[in-house]
Amino acid sequence: MKIKVNGKTQEFNQAQIGLIELLQLNKVTNPELVSVQLNGLFVKREAYQETSLHENDEVDFLFFMGGGSLSTLNI
Amino acid sequence: MEFTDSQTERYSRHIILQDVGVEGQIKISEGKVLIVGAGGLGAPVALYLAAAGVGTIGIIDGDVVDLTNLQRQVIHFTPDVNKAKVLSAKEKIAQLNPEVKVIAYQELLSTYNIFDIIKEYDIVVDGTDNFPTKFLINDACVLAQKPFSHGGILRFEGQTFTYTPGNACYRCVFDSPPPPNVVPTCSQAGVLGSIAGMLGTIQATEVLKFLVNKGELLTNRILTFNALSMDFRTIRFGKNTNCPICGEHPSITGLQTYELPACDLKH
Ligand SMILES: [Zn+2]
Repeated sequence: MKIKVNGKTQEFNQAQIGLIELLQLNKVTNPELVSVQLNGLFVKREAYQETSLHENDEVDFLFFMGGGSLSTLNI
Repeated sequence: MEFTDSQTERYSRHIILQDVGVEGQIKISEGKVLIVGAGGLGAPVALYLAAAGVGTIGIIDGDVVDLTNLQRQVIHFTPDVNKAKVLSAKEKIAQLNPEVKVIAYQELLSTYNIFDIIKEYDIVVDGTDNFPTKFLINDACVLAQKPFSHGGILRFEGQTFTYTPGNACYRCVFDSPPPPNVVPTCSQAGVLGSIAGMLGTIQATEVLKFLVNKGELLTNRILTFNALSMDFRTIRFGKNTNCPICGEHPSITGLQTYELPACDLKH
């Protein structure tokens, strides 16, 4: 089975793979760090566990990323 | 408005540019842009927008220049160490382009001041390092219908997208901030200095496109790059119907309490 992960094809022997397992194979050990888009739709974080991927699925991982300047916030 | 001879000369490479021209340069000169954070991203954004002749640039940052900043925050120089970042940035802009009006806010952006500050500007640039501020900027801009450019960098990677009213927002991608201390900041994990320039110049370009109203903004798509492989990708994403602030049944109707992780406060 072939899946597109972040625009690149990945091959698997089995016919489906769990999203959590796919994340782990791609070195994402903490699912809280990533937002997942499956075939153009966002997967709810609560649904990561029960989501699996099949032939020709396209999945994108979007990571939290900080930025330039630190002390701009004050409550 | 009409340009003087020296202005026509200064902006000649814009003026001869198809899609900008005198008309576009006038829009740039009338533009008002708020830059949140005079750090790694804010530095290149401020320099390029000032060089381009953006009429009014607001810069908000409560920090002073630190020696560790100089590796990437190219608007600050060695003699500026310990100087307020907004002051250092204002001095450089004045030298680069004295026609630019700089409004320096030497304070921290908060739930109390954000609406009052952003209402003075056409577009906001997020150049911050922490998620509470990123969500604060997103929420205030969505609620106030104010365009903004999101930017994030870490290690060798960057991501950016542009929000305009009616299009997808930051919470469409990330519904809530990550748990404190789970995502490392640049000060914890490091960042290649030039990455800040790569991403900041993309943000500056989006702002200029927005001001001259040309091209296609990075709306409903997020640009990510990894500088080690030098792979650039744009990932399309639509408005998320489940988005807590711009979705079909928003649960967020006002600004939230945005807490900084303790380690960031100490910095
Ligand atoms: Zn949204």
